[in-house]
Amino acid sequence: MYCTVISGALLGVSAYLVSVEVDIAQGLPGFSMVGSLGGEVKESRERVMVALKNVGLALPPKRITVNLSPADIRKEGSAFDLPIAVGMLEAMGYFRPGAAEGILFLGELGLDGEIKKVRGVLPIVREAAARGIRQCIVPAANAREGAVIPGIRVRGAGHIRELLQFLEAKEEAERERLLPAEQVDAAELSALESDENIPDFSQVSGQETAKRAAEIAAAGFHNLLMAGPPGAGKSMIARRIPGIMPCLTPEESLEVTSVYSVAGLLEEGTALVRTRPFQSPHHTISMAALVGGSASPRPGMISLAHRGVLFLDELPEFQRVALDALRQPLEEHKIQVCRAWGNVTYPSDFMLVCAMNPCPCGFYPDRGRCRCTDPQIRRYMGKVSGPILDRIDLCVELQPVDIAGLKKARRAESSREIRERVQKARERQRERFAGTRCRFNADIEGTNIEKYCPLGGEEQELMERLYHSLQLSARAYHRILKVARTIADLEGTERIGTEHLLEASFYRPSAEYWGL
Amino acid sequence: MNENGNGKKGGDSCRKEGRNESWNEIWNEIRVLMRQDAEYPERLLKIPGPPKKLYVLGRVPSERILTVALIGARDCSEYGKYVASGLGAALGRRGIQVVSGMARGIDGISQEAALNAGGSSFGVLGCGVDICYPAGNRRIYDKLRLGGGLLSEYPPGTPPLPGHFPPRNRIVSGLADVVVVVEAREKSGTLITVDMALEQGREVYVVPGRMTDPLSAGCNRLLKLGAGLILSEEEFLEELIQIGKRQGLQAGNTNGGNTSIESTKNLPPELAAVYHALDVTPGSVEEITARLPKEYREEPVNIHLVRLCLENLALQVSPGQFCLRGGESGR
Repeated sequence: MYCTVISGALLGVSAYLVSVEVDIAQGLPGFSMVGSLGGEVKESRERVMVALKNVGLALPPKRITVNLSPADIRKEGSAFDLPIAVGMLEAMGYFRPGAAEGILFLGELGLDGEIKKVRGVLPIVREAAARGIRQCIVPAANAREGAVIPGIRVRGAGHIRELLQFLEAKEEAERERLLPAEQVDAAELSALESDENIPDFSQVSGQETAKRAAEIAAAGFHNLLMAGPPGAGKSMIARRIPGIMPCLTPEESLEVTSVYSVAGLLEEGTALVRTRPFQSPHHTISMAALVGGSASPRPGMISLAHRGVLFLDELPEFQRVALDALRQPLEEHKIQVCRAWGNVTYPSDFMLVCAMNPCPCGFYPDRGRCRCTDPQIRRYMGKVSGPILDRIDLCVELQPVDIAGLKKARRAESSREIRERVQKARERQRERFAGTRCRFNADIEGTNIEKYCPLGGEEQELMERLYHSLQLSARAYHRILKVARTIADLEGTERIGTEHLLEASFYRPSAEYWGL
Repeated sequence: MNENGNGKKGGDSCRKEGRNESWNEIWNEIRVLMRQDAEYPERLLKIPGPPKKLYVLGRVPSERILTVALIGARDCSEYGKYVASGLGAALGRRGIQVVSGMARGIDGISQEAALNAGGSSFGVLGCGVDICYPAGNRRIYDKLRLGGGLLSEYPPGTPPLPGHFPPRNRIVSGLADVVVVVEAREKSGTLITVDMALEQGREVYVVPGRMTDPLSAGCNRLLKLGAGLILSEEEFLEELIQIGKRQGLQAGNTNGGNTSIESTKNLPPELAAVYHALDVTPGSVEEITARLPKEYREEPVNIHLVRLCLENLALQVSPGQFCLRGGESGR
């Protein structure tokens, strides 16, 4: 007897449907699986056989063949256990033929028949909905994640026996009672307010310059570099940047959730990720872990930081190959991982925040404490490659805060107050860039810079003086204009004034410090 | 007076290292002075152990003009840079010759400032005069060749070995009438030069520093031992001229003034306030703001600082730290 069950598999953060074909025929008893299977999928044979045996559904002594079609794409992951089991149960006649028709199945089986959570439920369910499938059954732990997609009923099943009861039921009402479709409140989705657990800027006293730089960076999605001695508060500020960025829009939230779902990092029972991601990998990270890839495709840190902040602490300590691999994603906001088995594209639209010491010992230019020689400092700075520095728009230096300063500090602004200003600046940018490829001021390209950053006579003159006396490169010149654009947006004016240009050049990452 | 036999060998090694593109040109300009030569600096003849030969690229210091050695730490502070470039420029403007070792830090900065101010300066090297060491001072090396001279007792092509530098220091002090120490740690190579200067009977002047500053510890120690104290450029110049008169030396031309003070007069009040809050020690924006009078505390200080940098009055040492910009030197 032959039957087909629908399932799905991941390709990057998108998905495709897989049909699981099961055939049980007369012949020598055996169980074989075909269809370009990866290691975990091959193991599914043992899991399914033992799980069915343990729930008392004995396999017949017949020849069982399972094919996963399309057979030319390599399948990975453990989510095929459930569709294979369902196909076999149908082929064995445990429920009426056609009862599983039009339903997508995903899930991993435990040896006792338990249905365990899998990765990538959200993208697969989304693909299924787009292909006209109206119902799917996923592990109970992943049900809320799938239920986010409108137009498809997502049911969570915890055990193979529950599922069998559901499939045996004839009435729709009976089915609904056995495995109710998961509901995610629309209001719950739009109310993206949960900043209690996020670190807040009100906890940072002093460091006004660095806070201002963080605000400008968040407003224009500019990449930021913080230099300063150990203990000055670089990581503290970086951790608070996602909190001053505008809340995730529903679409952004879906994108972020997709990446987390694919990476298998979504917490059990989570419907959507609502906070901006913040990723802070250790500096020993390999290139593949940073940008994604490895033998089986997994999103890297830069994709996990999609729509949020990627924080690289101790920037010069990172492997050079890893840092240089950031160049394309920083430019294109996505990463294409090409391997022998094929290509996948992951989104990687992140804000890069870096921190470093100004010299190996961390105290330069305080010559009283720093005994590094100039060549040592230059070598240390030189570890950060020029192309990466070229993509950093703002640079700020932090000073250690003394106890006296901490005590008398005024109440610091909360993240919410800063976020309101950032939000307004973002809105101005959205209006400005409507219908273009740009989204933020940081995206303005050299060719459009005059269109978006027009300068008056006085400002033009100032820029010429800055250009000559600070020995700016063309790129550095453009960066100052882009940052000045954001500063003007924060102030709520369309016209870029001299004050904006001067402040932007205060934050310029200067080549001098890096001996370039 | 080319001494080809000795030099060719060194020249080859130098070419191999690729230090000099215009090697041939420089090679032809190198002269060697023996003790009996008329051009051999008379000052050196009077010191213990004068070099037998002196290889020269460019000129040698004039016998009749007052000569000052400006020396100090390689990894100097912004304060040191400020003072060195100020003193170098002041001496250069007055036409007083500046001798030093063309090293990183104080040496190179003061020499470049003297040259930029229109004075002449002489670099005594611990390697062959055809080699620019440190390589980062290429700009200063070229300026010295044209606006003064490079001297060495080592034949061209000699690499800069550590053992060459202490003997080189005796020539630095030997060529000068007065030795000035700008910044030196408690244990510093600069102090070797001072010992030699004292042995040679040269006057030693010292720029004072803070008690807690390790980079000034050597200087302050010298002051305690009775070295001359430099309190301001003007005062020092006066004293120099007295010394020059006593020894029958010219102090070059006498036109010279301080430009940086004058240019602050045209500044708007808030800029002037920020300028006066600046120090030669780099400070962060927060520190500079705290030094401002109360009425200016709410000003956008970082914007004013960038303006001052544009006026060449301030220097952005690192992304967040500013200090006064000294003399006419550019870093």
